[in-house]
Amino acid sequence: MIMMKKTARSNAYTYALVIISFIIVQLLIKGGYISSSLQGQLVPICAYVVMAVSLNLTVGILGELSLGHAGFMSVGAFAGVVACISLENVIPITLLRVIVSMITGALCAGVAGVIIGVPVLRLKGDYLAIVTLAFGEIIKNIINCLYVGIDQLGLHVSFLTDANSLNLAPGGRVLIDGPLGITGIPKLSTFTMGFVLILITLFIVLNLIDSRAGRAIMALRDNRIAAESVGIHVTKYKMMAFVTSAALAGAAGTLFAMNFSTIIATKFSFNTSILVLVFVVLGGLGNIRGSIIAATVLTVLPEMLRQFNTYRMLLYAVVLILMMIATNNDVLKGHLENLRERLLPANYRKGKKGAENG
Amino acid sequence: MDKAIKPETKLGPVPSTNIVPESDGGQVPVLETRDLGIDFGGLTAVTGFNMTVDRNEIAGLIGPNGAGKTTVFNLLTKVYRPTRGTILLDGRDTHNMTTVKINKAGIARTFQNIRLFSNLSVEDNVKIGMHNHINYGMWKGILRLPSYWKGEKQAHERAMELLSIFDMQDLAEKKAGSLPYGAQRRLEIVRALATKPLLLLLDEPAAGMNPSETAELMENIVKIRDTFQIAIMLIEHDMNLVMGICEKICVLNFGKIIAQGDPDTIRNHPQVIEAYLGKKREGEVRC
Repeated sequence: MIMMKKTARSNAYTYALVIISFIIVQLLIKGGYISSSLQGQLVPICAYVVMAVSLNLTVGILGELSLGHAGFMSVGAFAGVVACISLENVIPITLLRVIVSMITGALCAGVAGVIIGVPVLRLKGDYLAIVTLAFGEIIKNIINCLYVGIDQLGLHVSFLTDANSLNLAPGGRVLIDGPLGITGIPKLSTFTMGFVLILITLFIVLNLIDSRAGRAIMALRDNRIAAESVGIHVTKYKMMAFVTSAALAGAAGTLFAMNFSTIIATKFSFNTSILVLVFVVLGGLGNIRGSIIAATVLTVLPEMLRQFNTYRMLLYAVVLILMMIATNNDVLKGHLENLRERLLPANYRKGKKGAENG
Repeated sequence: MDKAIKPETKLGPVPSTNIVPESDGGQVPVLETRDLGIDFGGLTAVTGFNMTVDRNEIAGLIGPNGAGKTTVFNLLTKVYRPTRGTILLDGRDTHNMTTVKINKAGIARTFQNIRLFSNLSVEDNVKIGMHNHINYGMWKGILRLPSYWKGEKQAHERAMELLSIFDMQDLAEKKAGSLPYGAQRRLEIVRALATKPLLLLLDEPAAGMNPSETAELMENIVKIRDTFQIAIMLIEHDMNLVMGICEKICVLNFGKIIAQGDPDTIRNHPQVIEAYLGKKREGEVRC
């Protein structure tokens, strides 16, 4: 029971971190302490946090390096926005429509996850990484050549042609215009929605990890042969982790897209996948709380460094390297430990010292 | 996945034809192999392996290095697909089964080079062994429905019960990878037991243990057999252990069985002595 308590406590800290940060930011906004440029970053931060947490499920928990996570984000983004615009008349309540759009985005990304997962999860290690990278690029290029329009007859889809070949009836609207992407997106995403999505993501991922299925997934990561020998179905649990991860990335994509008025496929390139991977690696593989913090800090950081203008990206790189060194440095960790002991209440210190002496 | 017998390709395993389980009053052996064999390319690793393991029997598989002992275990658990022959598990043909299905059907094993889930806790390792005996799905786990709590509670209790065989309850929260070598070997046995097997395969359980640990292990193996009423088959180089607890011993050399029988038969079998000690020259007196 103590073990369960331990994970439960750690999870509670993670939820508390997110909820308290949300409250603080809300208060700061009310007080007018947050610049408008930073306020514009809030929804992308939420989207990146969800991306990082979901990628951590694949990379940290399942132990397979995926370099195509942005592909699922773009599937979710485009599917979600198309659903949102198409349902404008069907579901007049904005909130409900956004929820439906996110679910659509998540489902489409999940389906993409299944389609890609079947061939990809047969591979291992570097090969799997390279193939996910390729699939990420394939998704980007498919959406780049995709034309979708809507009129009273329903959705029209055309591939590799142009917007005219959609044959829309008069009054119809082009939704996805190939390389031009989607324009005129209703900006419906709010910080609160992002916050709720993070909570839902945490709920799904943390509870999945601490359950029968999660243990099976981690068993595959640690030793596939042993996992098979105790009767764990390899493909099933690999797919479970991969598809859950993809679906959550899809929901994040919808959230992300509905924060901008225009979205194009090339926005979700290899760079985005790597960016999210950096969040995960920096936050620690398998460490969900670390992913949240890393995603937040590294999204805000370029904004903070704006005053350095030309040297911004250089400084970003330097900070990144310093953080990597710092988080892997035992001496520094020791100092932090000392600091924490000094700051914590005296009874804790006594208890610890007593334990050391005894 | 229970397909009818597939049309055989050249490389595929030969189907068992007209196999009727020998049922002499319900005493079907837990394991029966008939003419089991595997070739790797042109190399015959194991051939003509015929062996039966009865209920509640401790059987030993011995032989010099490279004789094919671990290969036999890998054949039984379908890590390798046999090129020839039949494996009957509790009278059932295992011809179409995968490693996962073999485990569900009742064979659990440990590995020569320890394969634990080293980043997970000792308790989680045992719970993973119980994977197919805790039954709640992914969403029930995520949504924390009552079946989750029930399943987890049972799993926790049973894990502690199993760990207590080796007095390892106190280590439950430790990371499996951080345990000392002997404890890791014991944990592997516990994890295998958690799958509720009919037959437990132990691949060199005493490797790296000192004599007193080995003696304790011998007691425990017998205890496990008596408590769980299962058959155990073990590969071991420690002759004290093998001769001490095995009721049937099978000696393998160059992929072939050279002798089979009770410990006394094996001890005095000329071919076994030859395989282990070399051929006696004419007129030489062996000390």
